[in-house]
Amino acid sequence: MSRFLLRRFATMVLTALALTFAVFALTNLGPNLVKLAKTEASVRMTDAQVASWLSRNGYARPTLARYGEWLGVLPGWRGADADGRPRGRCLDRAPDPAAAPRRCGVLQGDWGFSTAFKSGVIAVIGRSLGATGWLMAWVMAVMVPTALALGVLAGMREGSRTDRTLSTAAIVTTATPEYVSGVVLIVVLASSTVGISPLLADWGLIGSRTLFLGTATSAMERITFWNFALPVLTMALYGTGYIARMTRASMTEVMREQYIRTARLKGVPFRAVILRHALRNALIAPFTVIMLQFPWLLNGVVIVETLFNYKGFGWTLVQAAGNNDIELLLGCSVVAVVVVLVTQLISDVGYVYLNPRIRVA
Amino acid sequence: MEPIGGLAILGRAAAQFAPVFVAVAVTFALSLRHRRRLGLYGKLFGSPVAMTGFAIVMFWVFTALFAGWIVTHDPLAQVSGMRNAGPGAPLTGAGAPYPYYLLGGDSLARDVFSRMVMGARRVLAIAPAATLFAFMMGITLGVPAGYFGGRLDTLLAFIANLVLAFPVILLFYLLVTPEIRATGIPRVLAAILFLFPILFLVILWNSRFFTNPRKRVIYLGVTLVVGLWAYAGLAFDADPLGLLGMDPNLLNVFVAVVFVNAPTVFRIVRGLALDIRTRDYVAAAQTRGEGSWYIMLWEILPNARGPLIVDFCLRIGYTTILLGTLGFFGLGVSPESPDWGSTINDGRRLLTIAPHPAVVPALALMSLVLGLNLLADGLREESLRD
Repeated sequence: MSRFLLRRFATMVLTALALTFAVFALTNLGPNLVKLAKTEASVRMTDAQVASWLSRNGYARPTLARYGEWLGVLPGWRGADADGRPRGRCLDRAPDPAAAPRRCGVLQGDWGFSTAFKSGVIAVIGRSLGATGWLMAWVMAVMVPTALALGVLAGMREGSRTDRTLSTAAIVTTATPEYVSGVVLIVVLASSTVGISPLLADWGLIGSRTLFLGTATSAMERITFWNFALPVLTMALYGTGYIARMTRASMTEVMREQYIRTARLKGVPFRAVILRHALRNALIAPFTVIMLQFPWLLNGVVIVETLFNYKGFGWTLVQAAGNNDIELLLGCSVVAVVVVLVTQLISDVGYVYLNPRIRVA
Repeated sequence: MEPIGGLAILGRAAAQFAPVFVAVAVTFALSLRHRRRLGLYGKLFGSPVAMTGFAIVMFWVFTALFAGWIVTHDPLAQVSGMRNAGPGAPLTGAGAPYPYYLLGGDSLARDVFSRMVMGARRVLAIAPAATLFAFMMGITLGVPAGYFGGRLDTLLAFIANLVLAFPVILLFYLLVTPEIRATGIPRVLAAILFLFPILFLVILWNSRFFTNPRKRVIYLGVTLVVGLWAYAGLAFDADPLGLLGMDPNLLNVFVAVVFVNAPTVFRIVRGLALDIRTRDYVAAAQTRGEGSWYIMLWEILPNARGPLIVDFCLRIGYTTILLGTLGFFGLGVSPESPDWGSTINDGRRLLTIAPHPAVVPALALMSLVLGLNLLADGLREESLRD
């Protein structure tokens, strides 16, 4: 087991390095740097001025070297500006240039400065991750129990009417991406002109103009049912169908096993067969699926936060990409990549741990 | 003139869609009649789920084909006074090609109905083609990886996992930007990705017909001439005849979507090849002394077709969702483009006041994906039956 973990961990580190390098290279392409120079210094710079700005600020060096510095394994560059004052990656941010460290990168905890938000990348990401954490927590709390229950119900008696209905519903939700279900939910539940809100307002059942709020901006301060239900529902819908289908497939497979038949022939009540014999085995596969949902949840987060204007991680990522905020985008990518890789690791390890039939030497 | 009501809108829309309904009906009548002779396609018509899915998919396919007849207005034309007009709103000025905006006008006073119909053409032009390219790439790399195993497999699987570990949206934000178009990276990627279909076909024909020189020359010749002509036109925009070409924006989107899809296909194909290579008929072919490529493409691949066809349907749906996502974030599309994702994005700003510009393409996209999913589900059941 420990050798498996070790190898898995080594692959993970290698993957993380390769991915962050790819992101670094793609965000630091020539045209991006030219754009950065023009937004930071002056829009009307000539090509020669841009080139000199880039070399003065340490951008005109090989990508690999700058990646090393950004990562914190190579010492930061040092140079001097036009007046002969010392400049450098680590010097510019330190209060006292003499005491500046040699290396300052992601590994040292220096993630850079966000040009769009005018504050440190760590602070921006920390704040946005906090907001997204709440969203994720609620989505998981809604999605996982619902999906597992629906999947088990559908898979319990294969081909029954419950199964047909639930399976069709699951297909419908997996065919509905977040930007479609979000739009439909807003129109039906949070529009003052159409849907059910005008009706309810006419009947005097609700005090405000709409039943739910179409934006989740106010949830940044205080989460209430009315401002948070729609984003959570939008995100949970797609995943619920998917996980429910996986659970159903796994449940039907288990229900065909010999030991289930044995249990039933012994005269164990159906409920007990499901709860005691089938459930644990049927939940192994969905566990992997749920863990592997995290990367996809990241996508959902980006769409839902943009749609509902909730300033979390996904919203920040869009802002960073839209504003050519290179260091923030890099920071976001590091977080995203780490989340994806860690969940993959947990999924693999958990699968081995839960499934007694798999043994890793 | 008064705005027309819900029933009248439905009736008029149905009249516009008449060619589509006729075409779907003809397809179904012909297929049902000859279903016994049509193999897997004929079996589709044994399952209600698959038939429903197929009907929805064919509806959109014919809509895309006949879009020119269905539209009531120019999808780009703006008519004054029609901004955010409700469904069924009449046009005031004279000389309009059609007296109503059937599904209302959007925030730029364009006809929502016509844009939705034209959007179908755009989506269906890209999604199946991109999926096909992803499959070509996934198969060309996945079958050898599964069959040979070893270092090649480890390396390719590592690369595939790298791409899969990227959150898709981040990848899109990195790969589909005006800046990256300036560097020429999409062209390089296209040059690599578009090579795979030619490579695949060349190996396919060569491994089969290398004992029959005349056939081999014909098959390879046709493949290479057509393939390289299309390759020059699509990847480098250097078609000597000037017929084929791809707008840089579109190329960028296309390449990004193929790039995202190919690793998943690779994983599926690799898994299937790993399983099938242990079968007796593969051992028999090896004993006969067949070449590796022959075994891979003519013994293993045909026996993996069931799951691959099912995944192909699902993946077109997924690609449609991805294209919608790109449009939703305004990546790689011109602002006038009628594709569904960007129309949803345009409409969502006024969602609570004028919902129709966003809801119409949203429902269109959902129904197409739903049709594809139902079709895949039905196909899976039918192919499991035998």
